Amino acid sequence: YTKLSTCTVGGGIMIEKTEPEHVDAPAEFSFPPTFSVSEIKNKQRRHLMFMKLKQEKRKQKVAMKKKKKKERDALGDKAPPKEVPKTIENQRVYDETTVNPEDEEVAFDEGTDEFSAYFNRLTNPKVLITTSDRPRGRTVRFCNQLATVIPDAHVYYRRGLALKKVIPQCIARGFTYLMVINEDRKVPNGMVLCHLPDGPTAHFKVSSVRLRKEMKRRGKDPTEHSPEVILNNFTTRLGHSMGRLFAALFPHDPQFVGRQVATFHNQRDFIFFRFHRYIFKNEKRVGIQELGPRFTLKLRSLQKGTFDSKFGEYEWVLKRHENDVCRRRFNL
Amino acid sequence: MQHDDVIWDVIGNRAFCSFKVKTKVQNFCRNEYNITGLCNRSSCPLANSQYATIREEKGQCFLYMKVIERAAFPARMWEKVKLSKNYEKALEQIDQNLIYWPRFIRHKCKQRFTKITQYLIRIRKLTLKRQRKLVPLSRKVEAREKRKEEKALIAAQLDNAIEKELLERLKQGTYGDIYNFPIHAFDKALEHQDEESETDSEEEEDDEDVGKKEFVAEDEIEESDLSDFEDMDNLKAGSDEHEESSEEDESEEEMEEEPEASGSKGKMPLKGAVFRKKRAYVEIEYEQEMEPVPKSKAT
Repeated sequence: YTKLSTCTVGGGIMIEKTEPEHVDAPAEFSFPPTFSVSEIKNKQRRHLMFMKLKQEKRKQKVAMKKKKKKERDALGDKAPPKEVPKTIENQRVYDETTVNPEDEEVAFDEGTDEFSAYFNRLTNPKVLITTSDRPRGRTVRFCNQLATVIPDAHVYYRRGLALKKVIPQCIARGFTYLMVINEDRKVPNGMVLCHLPDGPTAHFKVSSVRLRKEMKRRGKDPTEHSPEVILNNFTTRLGHSMGRLFAALFPHDPQFVGRQVATFHNQRDFIFFRFHRYIFKNEKRVGIQELGPRFTLKLRSLQKGTFDSKFGEYEWVLKRHENDVCRRRFNL
Repeated sequence: MQHDDVIWDVIGNRAFCSFKVKTKVQNFCRNEYNITGLCNRSSCPLANSQYATIREEKGQCFLYMKVIERAAFPARMWEKVKLSKNYEKALEQIDQNLIYWPRFIRHKCKQRFTKITQYLIRIRKLTLKRQRKLVPLSRKVEAREKRKEEKALIAAQLDNAIEKELLERLKQGTYGDIYNFPIHAFDKALEHQDEESETDSEEEEDDEDVGKKEFVAEDEIEESDLSDFEDMDNLKAGSDEHEESSEEDESEEEMEEEPEASGSKGKMPLKGAVFRKKRAYVEIEYEQEMEPVPKSKAT
């Protein structure tokens, strides 16, 4: 160590001061108050000092933890309750559009919006699934698997048709939903979901698509029974309309005989879609087995009316700079 | 003086022409005024003092003409004539302007004009069809979103959430009578209730039975009432002790009860009825199964 001190350039007096302390009592440090490890010019020594600093901090942390644990044990029952760790969900910025279950205005809106026809059991869902131009094998297979998951879904080849011309034809044939899977570089990456008789159009970014054969420990193919639907964490007003959008894809009455469930789970603005088969082992335990494709959606825009990217009225558009400001702000 | 042959000799054959593009099979001319695009003696705009071309600007076609009289004035060399949008009229215009000009130039001008109009029509048709919009992806942003998605997936704990939801639905009875579990749930819920109400019922029973006169209908089976009275007596003895020990006593009593219960066949189907009247008694039977374990532990 003494050799090193003579070789160091710069830092000068400060280093020499700490030197003898270093030699005498390596375990104890008392730096002069304005000293910081980053001021040492020599990389090796700086590194060494920093590692020692880290070790110190770690020791202190462990000691604190032990002390706390001792106190907790000593107090026994009277100990204060354990603190809940902070998570992003806990710290989420309160969104003023969060829907209160008893909100009358929301209930009134939902009674008269475009999905009211479905929820009043006037229409049955009928879905048309198509792709962008010239789809590759993966996208085609994805569409076919989606068609098995959603009852009463039909896959049609796109053939370069314009959506605006397709939509009136669909309405004429009684379809309630138009789903267009967009493809980029042989992989599906976008979805346009359009509710047909002048319903809202949602544009999603699709990611993490897993086809059926890529799933581990999957079950047999889904049967024709209508699945149940689970919608989790759609709390805000926008989330509510999304939830209704997804719910209207499936028939009203799920056939419990089929024991199949489709889940749309919203977490931090990502909507995870899963398709499972469940079985109740007893009243406290249920086993689920994943079949069917899985993918994640992220809402990019919600447009009132059917698909019209130029003149449509957008209810909501994803603006990155709004969400980049605060990590804990979410829209759905 | 303008010596076309000399010019051609130089640039076409011997020396360098900056507009010439040589390929293995053919030579092209990159001069913007060239009518055919090939490097030929008759197509070269530099080597022909009398020359004409068709050029297109923003959907408008123009006829450019060059004559030898203006060879000395490069700024005014090319005469520009706007052609009509009507195809036939434009062809007539070309004919009128290029009257008495060599056949080759006239023919090639008309050919070029036809090709230009055809591609303009195609442009107009294509703009009416679907336009593909290319949206650039930012690599950093995509990587960030991917990471966020992974973290969200971990935070979501999907399997647990789905299982919880399904169990909730089962409890709420959305599945109706498909599954047989609900009975157990019902019983367990009642067990909880009865553990709470046992202490209450013990206190109540003393007061109730002492003062009250119960009018029992003929329909109600008396055997159950009699056995209940017996149980009540036993319970009174047990109520003084701790809960656990009382349970132990009750379990011993249950041993006595059981043969009685099995004996009186009338009792079994009445479990429901007895259930509602004196809940505690039926419940005790369930607890009996759990009793032997603590006993063994004590010893």
